[in-house]
Amino acid sequence: MKKVLLIVMSMVLVLGMLSGCKPSTVSNDANSKDADTIRVGLNYELTGGAATYGQGLVDGIELAIEEVNKEGILGKKIETVKADNKSEDTEAANVSSKLATRDNVVVLLGPATSGNTKAATPAAMQNKIPLISGSATEDGITIDGNGNVRDYIFKTCFNDSFQGIMMAEFAFNDLGAKNAAILADTTSDYAQGLSKNFNETFTNLGGSIVTMEAYQQKDTDFKAVLTNIKGENPDVLFVPGYYEEVGLIVRQARELGLNIPILGGDGYESPKLIEIAGKESLNDVYYSSHYSPLDDTEEVAKFKESFKAKYGNYPDAFNALGYDMIYFLKDALIRAGEADPEKLKEALAATKDFKGVTGTLSIDEKHNPLKSVTILELKEGEPTFLKKLDPK
Amino acid sequence: MEQLIQQLINGVSLGSIYALIALGYTMVYGIINLINFAHGEIYMMGAYIGFALTTFLGLGFAPSLILSMIGCSILGMVIEKVAYKPIRNSSRISALITAISVSLFLQYTMMYFVSPQTRTFPEVLKRKSISLLNGKIIIDQKNIYIVAITVLLMLLLQYVVKKTKLGKAMRAVAQDKEAAELMGVDVNKIISFTFAIGSALAGAAGVLVGIYYNTINPLMGATPGLKAFVAAVFGGIGIIPGAVLGGFSLGMIETVVSAYGGSVFKDAVAFAILILILLIKPNGLLGKTVKEKV
Amino acid sequence: MKKNIIIIISLLIAYLSGQYLINTGIIDSYLQLNIFLIGINIILAVSLNLITGFTGQFSLGHAAFMSIGAYTSAILTAKMGLPFIVALIASGIVSAIAGVLIGIPTLRLKGDYLAIATLGFGEIVRILALNTDYIGGAIGFNDIPQYTNWTYVFIMTVVTVLVIRYFLNSFHGRACIAIREDEIAAEAMGVNLTLYKVFAFAIGAFFAGIAGSLYANYFYFIKPDSFGFMKSVDIVVTVVFGGMGSILGSIVGAIALSVISLFLQNIPELRMVIYSIILFLVMVYRPTGLVGKKDKEGKYFKGLRKEDFQHVSAKGN
Repeated sequence: MKKVLLIVMSMVLVLGMLSGCKPSTVSNDANSKDADTIRVGLNYELTGGAATYGQGLVDGIELAIEEVNKEGILGKKIETVKADNKSEDTEAANVSSKLATRDNVVVLLGPATSGNTKAATPAAMQNKIPLISGSATEDGITIDGNGNVRDYIFKTCFNDSFQGIMMAEFAFNDLGAKNAAILADTTSDYAQGLSKNFNETFTNLGGSIVTMEAYQQKDTDFKAVLTNIKGENPDVLFVPGYYEEVGLIVRQARELGLNIPILGGDGYESPKLIEIAGKESLNDVYYSSHYSPLDDTEEVAKFKESFKAKYGNYPDAFNALGYDMIYFLKDALIRAGEADPEKLKEALAATKDFKGVTGTLSIDEKHNPLKSVTILELKEGEPTFLKKLDPK
Repeated sequence: MEQLIQQLINGVSLGSIYALIALGYTMVYGIINLINFAHGEIYMMGAYIGFALTTFLGLGFAPSLILSMIGCSILGMVIEKVAYKPIRNSSRISALITAISVSLFLQYTMMYFVSPQTRTFPEVLKRKSISLLNGKIIIDQKNIYIVAITVLLMLLLQYVVKKTKLGKAMRAVAQDKEAAELMGVDVNKIISFTFAIGSALAGAAGVLVGIYYNTINPLMGATPGLKAFVAAVFGGIGIIPGAVLGGFSLGMIETVVSAYGGSVFKDAVAFAILILILLIKPNGLLGKTVKEKV
Repeated sequence: MKKNIIIIISLLIAYLSGQYLINTGIIDSYLQLNIFLIGINIILAVSLNLITGFTGQFSLGHAAFMSIGAYTSAILTAKMGLPFIVALIASGIVSAIAGVLIGIPTLRLKGDYLAIATLGFGEIVRILALNTDYIGGAIGFNDIPQYTNWTYVFIMTVVTVLVIRYFLNSFHGRACIAIREDEIAAEAMGVNLTLYKVFAFAIGAFFAGIAGSLYANYFYFIKPDSFGFMKSVDIVVTVVFGGMGSILGSIVGAIALSVISLFLQNIPELRMVIYSIILFLVMVYRPTGLVGKKDKEGKYFKGLRKEDFQHVSAKGN
């Protein structure tokens, strides 16, 4: 009896506490359009397993905001509301809902991983706030199971299918490979997406996949699977993944005398790759990327230097993608004319030839970026331009 | 055949790392029956101390290994004094939660100060590998170091526990704290000492792994910590040779499963075998079956 | 009798006022999400408390039962289009069966060994889910219809609490508590150890499955990594934080931890540091948890079976 009362009371208390901040936000709501800042919600993996990627994007985002705020957009400054989703999908949904309903943001940025982005999607759709992800590469992010576009969801990075298909064609046509091995992270949706598409394309072209091996995120020892792959004698090894594990894989592969070409995606793009794998291991490594050092424009060089000045190291792919998201947003905000979620959504969908540090992109009807992909070859750790492929 | 030998080498080198971490785990458990979840984090701290010493102070392999071991043993003693001593009288499960809280605290304090990004160790040991049978079998020199250090530390530990007076006191505390105290053993000192040794081992493992794999990050302790715990249970928790046996077995199982094309289910098979072993021999491979007294 | 009427009336008031507040929009979608999450966490904590707090079986694999329920429900509603109520009950049943299957062999183990075996079981379930393409593997299961609403969450939370409460007051429940207090004595008194341990495991798993189903059909999207080792630890933490062997404790623990987590969302960099310090302080200053001071008989309650804290009863300082 007493217990039940206690429970009911504590529930009421919690309700009271949670709704406590409600009235103040309601009054905010009325003047959000006239507010002197543009509120941007950041929903990122700042702690937990994916913190490296989340933090990487946020570093890029914060650098860009600093720059943008010097002049302002539409006479206003960007104000961020940053929240952590602990790399958990429940938290991602929770944070997304909080940013969309409580913090009056006009746009949601993040999360970093595809899974967490999917979890964050419902709140954005229900509250009609655009959500942009710079790194959620899964094809199903912007399109639902029935093939309809999710109105408020945008991404500025390649689709998994795009990179997987590109690399399979490259392996078969350019490298002349007939037998390929795949080594993919079973816990990563990114790696699974790339590996699935590579597998299909490569097999359709007439090649065969001799073995499919797996590892888990944060693994450090790959010698057993690499020995196995070596025994199968493939012509190429496809390792879709991020530089932390890929660096170790390349290094250990070379140590074991597995000297075949290694292929991968934009997850390789980081100065850390050389540090981890070592210069002498990084030969005959090919990956698809957003930009190439050859078309180093002034903007790219400037970005690299200012990033280094702020954080002390050169940017990786996540930093660059985060940085571009803010300029991408700025571009759309200027065309929208005001910081209104509905108008912003229209402007984002109409993006044409936006020039960022990760390349030039236009948003297609499926809310994916049309962006050319560059294939780079690493020679003694130095990326060299190999070819550029335009989106179909 | 060559491939099989290569896989066995791979298994031993992976297993030696689990064994090294499991040694510290099992020691602490043996004395105070606490699953010290923070052990994996001490290992991570060891790697960072080693990283700082080699990168910023430019120290060589041996001095950074020793300094890092000392640093970790101090850290271990502090953790014991601050966190575990107050809860020595509470239930086992709340002790476990305390250990988890210490582990989270170390992970995220480190993440706050050094950022979540991966760092790379400078090459303090030259990359050198020995190849046999025309390059069909390759042994990394670092592997040999790690295996040798693991076995050496195990022997040393076994000697300390079985042959010295200190070890006798440790065993007495493990059996019955109250009786040990009555016999004039300073229980607090012994527990403190156990943590110091266990943490020093973790620190050594951290530096070795940092050098071997070349990468460290604030969450690096979580998975090996869990695996080492499994290894310790596997061999019989609280038993020093058991931890080493468990570590090598776990490394070997994972490698063999991967070798036969099951890399996808590597961890699942390792856990399934663990459950089976526990069912057949509930006290682990080397554990003695204790008859329950009513 | 009078007591029961008061309980029913207060529950009815709580339900109706909740529904009213949701309908009028005073409880917005964010608040609603957190209330549902608290409800799901209460179900998880109370059901684990039956296994760990009352029967004394230390389980580190509770999230696995939740994931079995979540995936069952997702398959039944999204792929087969069955009504939610069917999926909800089926999730509970499938999880309970898994509970029995894993319980029969492993419950011979004790203390830490049981903990590690259940941990292993949890990891095996997660790895199997990661590698099953039918349910999306690592990419996750997307576009699950959203059926979970206030009525389902409220009813299932209340049902969980009441069923476990009445179970514990029954002959069978007392047998479970007897196992926790002293296995050997319980066995000597004719308690069938295996039967009751498995029974407690099955009931706990059943409700964890229900929680998983509510979860999957509210959040649209599930992936295997959401139900990993850390989730199991979270549930154990909730139970211990609130108080082992206290249903009220689990409820308070679930609410308190959810609210703490919400407040910490805004200080991302330090959130886990503060969380770990809170956890630590509670364990040091209230090792029995927030509420779990005494058990029903008024005895001072410490934790697991006697032999599990034997080392503790020795004067260790």
